[in-house]
Parts: sequence; structure tokens; C-alpha cells
Amino acid sequence: MSERLDVKKTYKLVVNGAFARSESGRSYEVTTSTGAFVANVAQASRKDLRDAVVAARAGQAKWWASTAYNRGQVLYRWAEMAEARAAELVEHLQLAEGLKKREAQASVSRAIDRIVWYAGWTDKVTQVLGGANPVAGPFFNFSLPVPSGVVGVVAPQESSLEGFVEVVAAPLCVGNAVVALASERRPTPAVVLAEMTATADFPGGVLNVLTGLTAELAPHLASHEDVDGLDLSGCADRGDELARLAAASIKRVYRERDKGAENPLRRLRTFVETSTVWHTIGQ
Amino acid sequence: MTDDALTSDLGALAYDPAPESSSIARLRESYGLFIDGDFSAPESHEQFATLNPATEEVLATVAQAGARDVDRAVASARRAYDRTWSKTSGAERAKYLFRIARLIQERSRELAVVETLDNGKPIRESRDVDVPLAAAYFFYYAGWADKLDYAGFGANPAPVGVAGQIIPWNFPLLMAAWKLAPALAAGNTCVLKPAETTPLTALVLAEILQQAGLPEGVVNIVTGDGATGEALVAHEGVDKIAFTGSTEVGRLIQERLAATPTRLTLELGGKGANIVFEDAPIDEVIEGIIDGIFFNQGHVCCAGSRLLVQESVADEVLRRLLRRVDQLRVGDPLDKNTDVGAINSAAQLARITELADAGEREGAVRYTGACALPDRGYWFAPTVFADVAQSHRIAREEIFGPVLSVLTFRTPEEAVAKANNSNYGLACGVWSEKGSRTLWVAQRLRAGVIWANTYNKFDPTSPFGGVRESGFGREGGRHGLEAYLNV
Repeated sequence: MSERLDVKKTYKLVVNGAFARSESGRSYEVTTSTGAFVANVAQASRKDLRDAVVAARAGQAKWWASTAYNRGQVLYRWAEMAEARAAELVEHLQLAEGLKKREAQASVSRAIDRIVWYAGWTDKVTQVLGGANPVAGPFFNFSLPVPSGVVGVVAPQESSLEGFVEVVAAPLCVGNAVVALASERRPTPAVVLAEMTATADFPGGVLNVLTGLTAELAPHLASHEDVDGLDLSGCADRGDELARLAAASIKRVYRERDKGAENPLRRLRTFVETSTVWHTIGQ
Repeated sequence: MTDDALTSDLGALAYDPAPESSSIARLRESYGLFIDGDFSAPESHEQFATLNPATEEVLATVAQAGARDVDRAVASARRAYDRTWSKTSGAERAKYLFRIARLIQERSRELAVVETLDNGKPIRESRDVDVPLAAAYFFYYAGWADKLDYAGFGANPAPVGVAGQIIPWNFPLLMAAWKLAPALAAGNTCVLKPAETTPLTALVLAEILQQAGLPEGVVNIVTGDGATGEALVAHEGVDKIAFTGSTEVGRLIQERLAATPTRLTLELGGKGANIVFEDAPIDEVIEGIIDGIFFNQGHVCCAGSRLLVQESVADEVLRRLLRRVDQLRVGDPLDKNTDVGAINSAAQLARITELADAGEREGAVRYTGACALPDRGYWFAPTVFADVAQSHRIAREEIFGPVLSVLTFRTPEEAVAKANNSNYGLACGVWSEKGSRTLWVAQRLRAGVIWANTYNKFDPTSPFGGVRESGFGREGGRHGLEAYLNV
């Protein structure tokens, strides 16, 4: 009597609220830190990336059109889904990062708590970052933080779950859509967490996660004209080159090495624009 | 009264010249670089002339700063930062800024005349807008210097250090104030690079800084051309670059700084849509359109250079607009009755002319105001293009001159789509008496500033800056401090 054979999971790209293999048909092998086979994950192409940006642009309009209260509930529900499937995340995290079970559990807990923290921000940023301006004239003048639009994210390579949460939840909570490149060698925790958006009422295209080779995909993300912001946390070594590409379309760029980057709201502030409205006051 | 009768009545009105005296400017023959609290010659001893664009006469010569002069200025700013300014309390910094604001007010008439001579803008504008606002920015940011802990960036927000600031020629003194006031309030020292064609008010400001007793080296002013700006951007001793200018140059600067730790804010070009709905009060709309595009000869990054009119009122708006354009007084910038002054430079005049010609070639219908232009100097008569398509160059490219492109729309959705059909995103106008629609439109416009039933208003408390390729970062208000703090 043999033991039951596992049903192995296929890891796909998360684009436009759907799960797809790369249009290129490519995949690459992901292993544990000790070299054991984990999975063949999709190796996204430039075309996949461009499709993800198109999906993100459409998703962003829906995301921003919903109320801040609603966005908070959606992000909170994402945390609920993650909590319910925490054991699965722990397992993936152990494989990806070679952590002991207790360490992985702690990391998953911190990641979930961080999503909750950002969920609470959605309806606070307007008051914290915006306000009324006492101009010297008969005008009501106010400034509101509005999302930059589509933010491209190169997720941290080492911290495959907590790092991923940080780089995607910050731009999401202020109303951006995100196209994220998961950690190249440790992509599965991000893919599993992104899958959970499907049961958390995320509009399609709000969070898109690509797996693949960072060196291949990141330049296309950095130079894409319809990407408004870029978080380079996951490519410290090639950050300069990518930041140069981003300059062609005047992208907002977040880099962890920048002075002041450790400010807890810096990442969030990098991907909001201040929109100021003057309205006449009269009879 | 019929429109025709109104036109002929107004046409009959004659104005006597009412010139402001140019002698109030008290210009020197030549100016050096303002480094370490004093004026000095550049190492090369090279000077270049700055012209009055209304007469093409030389006003003065100013120093051409080379890389070694920039180096000297940056070293001076660093010394002042390390030895003096970083040890000066916020309350004391505030008092210096209050002093500077007062001194600008005291010398406001002189500054207005110098600005008009050097830039070509009407004295009415330099007197009523540029100079009073410059003082107001110093006055506003003065109060922040000892309240940074309460600015919402956490306790003890640190200044960036030495700020390199590159400003354009369209609002020379005002842009210097926008840059210097928040930087100094936040505790930074500065190297300011004025525009090549309009260096003079910054140099008068240098005298004011001396009168204010501002410690040596806290502000250094290096005049020169693009090469001077490049040297400043490339200087490793600069912690932050703040640039206002074209998107083309902004892109190069961002690329240049991509591999450095230098922080950057950019205030770049625009192609502002001024959206007129059918219910808007037409008289106010006409004045708003005029202010939107002909203020400062249209040399305004946030100019309302694309007029989007709802189809149902397009004919009437255009007819009344053209009649109003004919009444604009173009000419001597020092004349207090002048509405539209001189184009700032021959190069800018050539660019405006080239784009206006392209507008004709691409099939838009050109209307140019019937005004006599002076024989000497750089002039471009206020011009309106009707029947403009979104694909025309005059609907896409920043003209930075007194040229308006008129397009139409039927629904609010179409207005928003057309307004957002631009790589720029600096400013927009919305004209409607229906508040809910105005806010609906404002929510959907991709722009940093939205003026509802007004246009081209500025205030030190109000953040200004763009989205997309109009740049990033804000100037003005609490938000304006962020650019000069490591937060």
C-alpha cells in the first residue's frame, strides 16, 4: 500500500484578476535554499508585462473610483484571507527562505499585520497628507493626495513575503494599481498571497504579480511609458540603470538607499500626487 | 447695445502713455557672482549681456560662472551649512526670512522695474503679482522655520544640506523666492542659478540678502547659461537639485542624477486645459481665458493653452474672446496700461513663431490680434487658433507664448478625456456654476493644480506642481517643505 501522491500546485502569473501561464510558454525552476525542487514557475515575458500594465491602468480607475472605506475593507479582507491560509503561507515561506517553522510563522504574522496597518491608511491619508490652504483671496482652496496611477514594483529578493507586502500594500492603499515582479528565486509566497486577492474583492488588475527573471523584466517595467512610479527595492545592484530608464518618462522612483527613505510614510508619499483645487467664493 | 456698437465704442477709447520710470531700476553696469556673501568676478572674467527684450538694448553684463566658480559656490554653501546655518535655531532662521520679506516689500518698486526691464513682462504684473508674491513666500516660509516638528514629517526632520536650485526666466524673482524660502526655512543652504536671460532681480535679491545680514554663504547666486546649470547638477557636493524648466531638460537632469544620492524635485512643462461648460458665466469666462493664456505673454508653465469649450456655447465664446483679444494692449512693458509685453528672447520668439506656423500648416484657423507691434524688440501678437484637432502640434506641445488652441467637447466625459490626453499634467481650469460637476471633473483631471472659475492664481500656502511629465514635488504650503527635508 503506497502513500497517497501529492497534488502539486502550479504557480502562475496573476494578471487582471486571472491566473495565467506566460504567453511565452516559458517557465523556470525554483528550488529551496538547499537546492530541492519546489516548482516550475511561469517565466513572464515582456508581452506579459505589457499586458499587466494595461490591466493595471484599467484596474486603477476602478480602484480609485471606489470609496476609501471600501478600499480599506478590501485590503482588510486580503488580511483575513491570508490569516485563514496562514499555514499555507508558512509552508511556502519555509521552503522559500529556509526558515524554521516558528520563524516563518512570525514572519507571516508580521506580513498580515502589515496589510492590516495599510488597510487602515486608506481613509486616513486624505486628512493626513491633504488639507485646506488659507490663500489670501476669495477662494476655497484644498489639497488632496491622489494616486500616481500605475506603480511598477521590483519586490525585494530576500524577504519574499514581508518585503513583498511592504512594497505592494503602500502604493495600493493610496489608490494605485501595482505591477509587481516577485522575488526571482523566492517567488512562491508572493504568488500565493496574490492569489488570495481573488477572494478579497480586489477589482481585476489592481494587483498584478509577475514571476520571472528580474534582469529581463525590470528594464521593461522601468522604461514603460504608462507606468507612473517605480519601486526599486528588489534590485539594489541594478538600481542606477533602472532609475536612468525611469527618467525618460519622469517616473516617481522610490529607492531604499535614499536619505530619509526609512521614514515610515516615505514609500506611500512617493506614489501620491498632491492635487490642489481652487474654487471661487462668491454670491 | 449690440456687440458691434460695443466694439466701436471701446475702439474709440485712447490711452495716453503712462510709463513707469526705468531709472528706478538703479542698475549697475556689470554684476559679479554672489558667493560667500559678496560679489566677485568669475575665474574666467567672462561677462555676458542681458538685454531688455522690449528694446534689444543691453541692460547690464553679468558673470558667466564656470565649473570652478560653481565649485566655489557649493563649497561656500557647504561651509555655511556646517559652520553657521545648521547651528542657527529655527526661530533665528525665521527672523532672517521675515527680514528678507520686508526688504523685498521696501524695494518692491525697484524690483518690479528691474523685472520688467529684464523679462519684458508688463509692469502691471511685476508690480502686482511677481514682487508682492515673492515677499509673501518669504513671509509664509519664515513662520515654518521654527515649527518643522509640526509639519507632519515626524519630529526633528533633517534638512538635506546644500540645495542647488535652477530657475526659469518667466518669473525670475518669484521663482527665486519659491526656491530659497522653503529651503532656508528647512535649514538648508543654497546655490541658486538664475536663468541666462533674466539674472538681474536675483542679483538685486543678493543685495537684499546682504542688507538682511544673512550669514555669508547661506545663499550663493551663480549666473550663467546652461553649462552653469549642468555644472551645478553634476556637482557632487550638492545634496538636492530643484529644477524648474522644460520637460526636456528635466528628463536629462533626472537621468543624470539617477545614479547619485542627490535628491530631486522637478517642476516642468504643461499644456493646461481650460474647460468651459455651457452654464458658466460668459463674461467671467472670457476674462479667465485671457488671464489663462495671455498672462505673462503666455510664458507660464501652467498656462491655459488648450481651451476646451462645450459645443453649445463654442461659437459665442469664440466670438467674444476674439473681440476681447483685439482690445489687449500690446507694447511697452513699462507702460502701466500694457496688458501683453515683450517675448523674453529671440530664441523663444522663434519657437513660438515656428509652432504657430505649424498650427496654420496643420489646418487650424488662425486669428491674430489686430495690434501694432513696436519696431524693435521681440513681439508676438496674441493669437487664437480655432478648429484645432488633438493631434495638432499646437494642441500637444508647450508653446510657452501668447497662443491659444481652441477645441470643443459635448459631454463632461469627453472634456475630461481630452483634457487628460497629454503627457503633461500641471494645471487645468474648470468653468461652471454647477459645483457638483466642477468637483466631478476636478476629481478626474490628472493635474496638480485645478482652478475652478478662476485661473493662474498663486499663493504661498497653496502647493503647486505637476503630475506625469510635468514633474514631481510641490512648491508652496506645508507640502513644499518636503522637498528640502530628508523625510
